[in-house]
Amino acid sequence: MINSTQLAARFRARVVEMSHAAGTAHLASSLSCMDIVAVLYHSVLRLDPLNPGWKDRDRFILSKGHAATALYAALAWKGFLTEEQLESYGRAGSLLEEHPSPKLEGVEAATGSLGHGLPCGCGIALAGHIKKEQYRTFVLMSDGECNEGSVWEASMFAAANRLGALCAFVDFNKWQATGRSREVLALEPLVDKFRAFGWEVHEIDGHDHQQILQSVQDVSPSRQKPVMVVAHTVKGKGVSFMEDDNNWHYRIPTAEEVQLAKAELGVL
Amino acid sequence: MRNVFAKTVTELSDIYPELVMLAGDIGNRLFDSYKARHPDRFYNCGVAEANMTGVASGLAASGMRPITYTITPFNTVRCLEQIRLDICYPDLPVIVVGTGSGLSYAGLGATHHSMEDIAILRTLPNMHIVCPADPVEVRLALHDALQLGRPTYIRLGKKGEPVIHASDPDFRIGRGITIRNGSDVAILGVGNMLATALQSAEQLNHHGVSAMVASLHTIKPLDEELLAGIFSLHKLVIVLEEHSLIGGAGSAVLEWGSLNRVDLRKLTCFGGPDRFLYACGEQREARASVGLTSENISQQILSRLQEPDAPWS
Repeated sequence: MINSTQLAARFRARVVEMSHAAGTAHLASSLSCMDIVAVLYHSVLRLDPLNPGWKDRDRFILSKGHAATALYAALAWKGFLTEEQLESYGRAGSLLEEHPSPKLEGVEAATGSLGHGLPCGCGIALAGHIKKEQYRTFVLMSDGECNEGSVWEASMFAAANRLGALCAFVDFNKWQATGRSREVLALEPLVDKFRAFGWEVHEIDGHDHQQILQSVQDVSPSRQKPVMVVAHTVKGKGVSFMEDDNNWHYRIPTAEEVQLAKAELGVL
Repeated sequence: MRNVFAKTVTELSDIYPELVMLAGDIGNRLFDSYKARHPDRFYNCGVAEANMTGVASGLAASGMRPITYTITPFNTVRCLEQIRLDICYPDLPVIVVGTGSGLSYAGLGATHHSMEDIAILRTLPNMHIVCPADPVEVRLALHDALQLGRPTYIRLGKKGEPVIHASDPDFRIGRGITIRNGSDVAILGVGNMLATALQSAEQLNHHGVSAMVASLHTIKPLDEELLAGIFSLHKLVIVLEEHSLIGGAGSAVLEWGSLNRVDLRKLTCFGGPDRFLYACGEQREARASVGLTSENISQQILSRLQEPDAPWS
């Protein structure tokens, strides 16, 4: 069976192709969170694509909805989407829009406007708490997203209600759309902030699959504290000429750049 | 309305094990009975309405039936994007309840007035907008909203509104209720203006004008059958609402009339002006300052009936 590292490389090659084919932006944002997405879908989330509404499934919300291609690649690999559906990404009439739609199976919340995923994740986790269910809820946010006040409202809510089955990641790639995230607003110290808000915080290398896996081990309804994983990442990770270059927040790769990227990723 | 709302959700929470109350740090003691019966299904979400609305969407997506509750402007326009994207876009069964709507909290100043909520929320696809007229309609609206299972906004007044319905009417979201028959003029009272509509009808009666009065408790979807009937049978159609004239129930009727080619010269709308109210005063004074009194309304209706270029003359 394919391991999560191979899977992340495959997903990365796929989203580079998708960005080129559909002419859509936010490629570097998809690349930066890809290891987190790959580990969760490969080794963590309990899902059943034949029964997408299974009540005991773990929930995953891509709160940074602009990285939709990363989610679509994972949903297709898992079996929620067909290869034909994935091919239709961005085409007129396709349900695979540039931000995830609630009409798609496997998509737990409509995201794209930042700051919505964590409150929604709190509600899903709270429902599990009320009904004494065992599922876990995972939310993946961007660092720029932490500009939104609703992230901090939700952080206080999760801690107050002891939502131990809730886990959020910050894909901390140090960039937002138009600048360094520590310069646009006073984002740092991010780890201390979430700790002060009452979360159990892990600070990890967001490209190290073992660290990602370890950071979510304690997420459980039997725990009292929600888990925040501040994952240090590199925007555009995996493609040397895109890494840490914020032009790739909006740039679309040429056919030649797609081939170069795939060669670097070892996916041909 | 407020007390009946609390009493009704307490009763409904026994029937619906999925019902969850989310409150925005208001209603001190109001929900004591509910909390005593179902402590695991009441959450004070603090002064954080965006999160409260998002939490409601997550609960609803997981099979629960949440109701969000706080003062109207904070539960509507403050968290509008959460209502739009988290509730309406996925079409989830969340009931948003605003208390102190319109000019109910006039004395608290424009921060607590809500004269724009209907206009804004009715533009959202999948949303239903219900304005109960009295405590009886509050109870029935909650029952029906839970049956409906779609995004629903319930616009409450405050406390102490008079009971209008002596017995339970046939209340269905989207269907107006005729309170009084009359042949000359039809007055549609929206929410807590229904009492004023009835007073106006009584005053018109003293002048020999026969007025029918209906509770137009649902602004979206509109009761098209009711509207078609009154536009064909009555000389004048009056919409009366404690909401801005821009975009409210009157505008909704106007849009319907335009699409359906009815004679819109018959329509007169009473509501609030396009300005904030700055002066002190309780609901009674605030209503008077914008002409929302039965005396002014009945007088204006009498004047309109005497206009020489009226469609019926």
